[in-house]
Amino acid sequence: MLNVENQKPPKGKWTTPPFDPRFPNQNQTRNCYQNFLDYHRCMKAMNRRGKSTQPCEYYFRVYRSLCPISWVQRWNQQIQDGTFAGKI
Amino acid sequence: MAYPYQLGFQDATSPVMEELLHFHDHTLMIVFLISTLVLYLISLMLSTKLTHTNTMDAQEIETIWTVLPAIILIMIALPSLRILYMMDEMNNPLLTVKTMGHQWYWSYEYTDYEELNFDSYMIPTTELKPGELRLLEVDNRLILPMETPIRMLISSEDVLHSWAVPSLGLKTDAIPGRLNQTTLMSLRPGLFYGQCSEICGSNHSFMPIVLEMVPLKSFESWSSSML
Repeated sequence: MLNVENQKPPKGKWTTPPFDPRFPNQNQTRNCYQNFLDYHRCMKAMNRRGKSTQPCEYYFRVYRSLCPISWVQRWNQQIQDGTFAGKI
Repeated sequence: MAYPYQLGFQDATSPVMEELLHFHDHTLMIVFLISTLVLYLISLMLSTKLTHTNTMDAQEIETIWTVLPAIILIMIALPSLRILYMMDEMNNPLLTVKTMGHQWYWSYEYTDYEELNFDSYMIPTTELKPGELRLLEVDNRLILPMETPIRMLISSEDVLHSWAVPSLGLKTDAIPGRLNQTTLMSLRPGLFYGQCSEICGSNHSFMPIVLEMVPLKSFESWSSSML
């Protein structure tokens, strides 16, 4: 379904994720998770409509900056195994 | 950094730590004033021959010793809250760095651009070179640009840890399954030492933190050499 293997850093100008008013607190767990979900939802929606997935890059870059590598690896494995708990 | 028989704090390296030092001095001044007053009153009461057993109430003095402590407490609470909220603030970070606590070392991840991650182990005492600090040096330092607001994200892979650098006024718990955010900013270059500050097992004392703050140019050349 989703191409989780082929996640290369996109090229171009990029700054670290800016302040997100949805997550103003010290706890940034949800900020990372929500952007990971948004990326996969965006990819799914764009692929279904046959559109360019370029706009999804933003979510990718945000979750890649924020999420620990081990979390992303675990979630990607879960997506592959079909055991990921999030609704994509 | 800390020195032997140190009594006070380490020198401030970040604006937050400056604030904390001022707040500490302010609070300590109040503590000394109260202690002096209490000691004076105790000595007065112990040394006087006058006794006074028939007073039932004294409205004036009771009003004063209720209102005055309330004002003193407000004078401590308000600056404290000010700094508390200031530390929570995140203003346009230019870099995001993650640190994960492990039993028993820290690992660092720079994933804004490329994937740069490494572990940072303490150097054992037997392998120290002359001049190096026992139980404080690590093999891979966390190198960061100075005068730059940096978003530190702190988490843990196993048990509770705490990522602390006293001279920057930082101490954030590393909690498995949770990402904690804090702003790191240094006003000058240098080496800043810290230690794990949450009991995390047998080698808790042997997972120090070393921060090397360098000018942006040096940081750039270091990070590109690491990839």
